[in-house]
Amino acid sequence: MQLDSRPRRPNRLARREAITFYLCISPWILGFLIFTLGPVAASFGLSFTRWDLLSPPVFTGLRNYTHMRDDKLFWQSLSVTVRYTLMYVPTELVGGLLLALLMNQAGVRGIRAVRTIYYLPTVISGVAFVVVWMWIFNPQAGLINATLARVGIEGPRWLADPNTALTALWMMSLWGLGRTAIIYLAGLKAIPPELYEAAEMDGAGSWPSFVYVTLPMLTPTIFFNLVLSIIATFQTFTSAFVATNGGPLDSTLFFVLYLYRKAFQEFQMGYAAALAWVLFLVILVLTLLVVRSGQWWVYYEGEKR
Amino acid sequence: MARPTLRRRVPLRRWLLTGLVWGVAILFLIPFLWMISSSLKPNYQIFAVPPQWIPNPPRWENYGEALTTLPFGRYMINTAVIAIVTIIGHLLSCTIIAYAFARLRAPGRDFLFLVVLATMMLPYPVTMVPLYVLFKQLGWINTILPLTAPAYVGSAFYIFLLRQFFLTIPRDFEDAAVIDGANIVQILWLVILPLALPALATVAIFTFQASWNDFLAPLIYLQKPDMYTVTLGLQFFRSTFTTNWAYLMAASLVTALPVIVVFFVAQRFFIEGITLSGVKG
Repeated sequence: MQLDSRPRRPNRLARREAITFYLCISPWILGFLIFTLGPVAASFGLSFTRWDLLSPPVFTGLRNYTHMRDDKLFWQSLSVTVRYTLMYVPTELVGGLLLALLMNQAGVRGIRAVRTIYYLPTVISGVAFVVVWMWIFNPQAGLINATLARVGIEGPRWLADPNTALTALWMMSLWGLGRTAIIYLAGLKAIPPELYEAAEMDGAGSWPSFVYVTLPMLTPTIFFNLVLSIIATFQTFTSAFVATNGGPLDSTLFFVLYLYRKAFQEFQMGYAAALAWVLFLVILVLTLLVVRSGQWWVYYEGEKR
Repeated sequence: MARPTLRRRVPLRRWLLTGLVWGVAILFLIPFLWMISSSLKPNYQIFAVPPQWIPNPPRWENYGEALTTLPFGRYMINTAVIAIVTIIGHLLSCTIIAYAFARLRAPGRDFLFLVVLATMMLPYPVTMVPLYVLFKQLGWINTILPLTAPAYVGSAFYIFLLRQFFLTIPRDFEDAAVIDGANIVQILWLVILPLALPALATVAIFTFQASWNDFLAPLIYLQKPDMYTVTLGLQFFRSTFTTNWAYLMAASLVTALPVIVVFFVAQRFFIEGITLSGVKG
């Protein structure tokens, strides 16, 4: 009897633990089914229909997807989003790292205040953030052009000019680099000081120890930021909606802005769902490529043998 | 001061570094200063070239006038209610879920955690249309429920953040509690929560910031002007009064103020919480 019950007790405990686990996460499972899996499946189904929310959806097969081929605004919004991502993601990775390196200079006077200042703009990201920059970019009296005028240069019309509007949005988003920097800062602080001491003993100066210690140890953080940055940049919405509403001449018509218009202004829910799936696939493919590439350049301390 | 020899050796370098660090800080501050300065200018100064940094005379009335043109007090209360209800939801649900993922063993746990992480990658627009339809059928349009109810079933990012934090807490504390006969609710409440305060504060602040600045979701779900949040109010204000920049700057500053204040008050927890959240999977 005793021999019997002994192995059974841990089993029963394990079972109990498993039941407790599933009880604890049951809200998440419920939420996942209702707010994620269900809507994902529904949006996939809807993407094969024509639906204006009023009359029942009509099945149209692949019509929504084939229609995109001739939809100039679809291509325009895709091109704007891809160009912007190509501009912004590298600057976010490099700029965020540079900012984090500055934040990490513990010897500088008032470094705590500096960290707060760098991070502050991300606290107000949203409409207020965009409105400030609309004023800074104002072609006549905005800070940039008024300053340029002082030295006799006539500045571009920034958000009002199709050739510069996207660049202006890019400049504006640099003000929010603190968010990326703070994640880098966490990564920098996690690098064991012994590594720097060892590098110093080998006679390495600050540049070699940055290249051979800091960068390799930071690759998991860079990787994390790269993935998040791609996903977030492809979904840019607020800045374009508030600052330019996609204009001038659709030069800032971001993909999600176009999707929002189709869904909530033109009530083409089926087409909007199809657009969302295209966006999803693009992001998915890019993310998988990045994750795949990770094995070549991301260095995990725990895995070394 | 601790290492005088080193200081004497590299004073120039240190000065350059300090200059660089503060120079960039000033660049980051300029938009704020410009915003404050513009908000206090009388109309004839606002388009002055070259730009004037010190408003002369400062026009404090801009604030009162901007804020009474639209009921910004109302918008702030609306947004605060949404933020608080969402924070409570996240703290209740994510804590329990994250604790289960961090500590309890069960078949399928690691797979489910991967699913949690995967949902973070899912673009919002994919679920946007069906969710709108769902909430419309539930009669939730023009209520705060579409913005708050999902918080009560957990949110992937905060589950991830808290799980990472819980993993850094030594198991010994809980083991002692188990020996004393504590159940999981008691362990969470008496042992884990007091230790996890910085992480919980981080979740609360992040949630507050996200709710306060959220734009797309309120834009979709709140169509009645008396339900507007601050971002919707500001956007409405912007599209109506584009010419009056002084009012716009004043309104922007006032609506940004609560997040700035919350950030300053809770800053210590915040940085600590993020640092500990780490990026390791």
